Amino acid sequence: MGSVTATVAPPTGAHVTPWFRTFGAIAAAGFRRHATYRQAAVAGLCTNTVFGFLRCYIFLAAAGAAGTVAGYDRAQLATFVWAGQGLLAVIAIWGWTDLADRIRTGEVAADLLRPVHPVTSYLATDLGRAGFASLARLVPPLVVGPFFFAVYVPRHWATVPLFLLSALLAVVVCFGCRYLVNATAYWLQDVRGPMILWTLGSGVLAGLYFPLGFLPGPLEAVLRYATPFPSILQVPLDVLVEREPMSTGLTLVGVQAGWAVLLLALCRLVQRRAERRLVVQGG
Amino acid sequence: MSVIEMDGLRKEFTVRVKAGPLRREKRTVTAVDGVDLRVERGEMLGYIGPNGAGKSTTLKMLTGVLTPSAGRARVCGLRPVADRTRLALRIGVVFGQRSQLWWDLPLRDSFDLLRHVYRVPAGAHAARLARCRELLDLDGFLDIPVRQLSLGQRMRGELTAALLHGPEVLFLDEPTIGLDVVSKQAVRGFLAELGRAGDTTLVLTTHDLADIERLCRRLVVIDHGRVVHDGSIAELHRRYGSRRMVVAELDVALPEPPVLPGAPVQRVEADGRRLVFALERASVAEVVAGLAGLTTLRDISIVEPDIEEVVTRLYRAPAGGAASAVTGAP
Repeated sequence: MGSVTATVAPPTGAHVTPWFRTFGAIAAAGFRRHATYRQAAVAGLCTNTVFGFLRCYIFLAAAGAAGTVAGYDRAQLATFVWAGQGLLAVIAIWGWTDLADRIRTGEVAADLLRPVHPVTSYLATDLGRAGFASLARLVPPLVVGPFFFAVYVPRHWATVPLFLLSALLAVVVCFGCRYLVNATAYWLQDVRGPMILWTLGSGVLAGLYFPLGFLPGPLEAVLRYATPFPSILQVPLDVLVEREPMSTGLTLVGVQAGWAVLLLALCRLVQRRAERRLVVQGG
Repeated sequence: MSVIEMDGLRKEFTVRVKAGPLRREKRTVTAVDGVDLRVERGEMLGYIGPNGAGKSTTLKMLTGVLTPSAGRARVCGLRPVADRTRLALRIGVVFGQRSQLWWDLPLRDSFDLLRHVYRVPAGAHAARLARCRELLDLDGFLDIPVRQLSLGQRMRGELTAALLHGPEVLFLDEPTIGLDVVSKQAVRGFLAELGRAGDTTLVLTTHDLADIERLCRRLVVIDHGRVVHDGSIAELHRRYGSRRMVVAELDVALPEPPVLPGAPVQRVEADGRRLVFALERASVAEVVAGLAGLTTLRDISIVEPDIEEVVTRLYRAPAGGAASAVTGAP
């Protein structure tokens, strides 16, 4: 029995390489966990594609005979829609209640018993999930869209890596927002109220229902820089369709990075405050 | 230094109760009410009590999940809440009603992920896993996703998961709840083996007293958040006057129950042909000799004291009365 019990000194100290290894292993597990639900992925893909056609026709109608609206031409609008339909699943803007469910049922106790901070652990899992969604949910709409619509192909080589970075930051920003909405369960138990507010707010303010360029200029600027919502969807899509000059694109991605850091710090703060008042009932 | 130290550990919860059509009142519920305890390295401690007594709350405070309202706790010399992440590397926890495994992953993948989460060297991980596979018979379901496992299989997986990083202290909160007899035996056998090795401290809460009898030499009973007994099972029997019983089967019923010094008759059954004597001062031999002089004996059996009976009496005692028991008053 000696080989099962305490015979090896536990590792101490925070080393960067083992931390990344742990983070990578949790992310890989997140990828595998979500890859098990293939039928759900196919169902989601079909829904996204149908809505892709609907949104695309509506936005093209808005562009009208002039062929442009809010700084987008018809090809840019088509790319905005089809890339957006794929990105929706990558950022998992709606429907994520894992943390809230675990708080409500008390399963969150198991998360707290691991030697990894819950925010780190959930983030790594979410990045793994986003990795699977990138393959299963982002690529197909990008392939389907060009068969039916004239789409915009980026002109600058730097746009694609900047889009990928922006999409990664969008996942982190969206994760931060979702974590905070879920964490209200520590206080409320039932998160349906905050979740409805999040669903409505994120849909409107992130640029899902319509590109934020449709709004008056000052309002769009306030949303872009003073709220995290455009960093979730609008910014990576604007980077992809090169709506702004490269320098503005870089600034927007910088703002995204700022929101990502700020939100993760806020998640850790909220988590710490929540743990002080945590109640885990029923054994 | 004790591996677990608790001094005046206390946990209060605030609950809101309806006090009118639109009014709610705040009430404070004390789940753990000043527990003082020391547990030494390698000890196997049974921590029992009725529902709502504060057992699980104590464990959650010791593992850093819940913040105590007052008092002091140290596990492996660390403060459970402040040092929770460091403490997690040195303890293992099994909650019978919760899972620490990943629902969507096969057991094998969960174990592999735990190796990275706890940063266990590959060799040590492989050795421990091989031992657990052998002792807990895991091989038949290692590749099945956790969500498809039976309760008994999952619990064996949970035990393995809690041990793969070689914890110094293992907290088990009702690890046999809901298990069938075979699974219970497997879990108990495994824990007994673990206890025999002597280098892991084990704290076990359970409602199944057979777990305690099989595994723990020391028993702590908690009720209304307070420790009402801390000692061996034998001491518990002594304190509460548990007695061995002699069951005598007679050929022919006696007209009156016999009076034997030091062994009063407890029950008369089977139309007087079965007599149950409680051994107070008399020995078994004296009872047998006394009866043999009166009638013809068909059979004699001895019944050991039943821990369930004495614990039931303990649980049913009023809060104040039970609390006095810790001082030795029955």
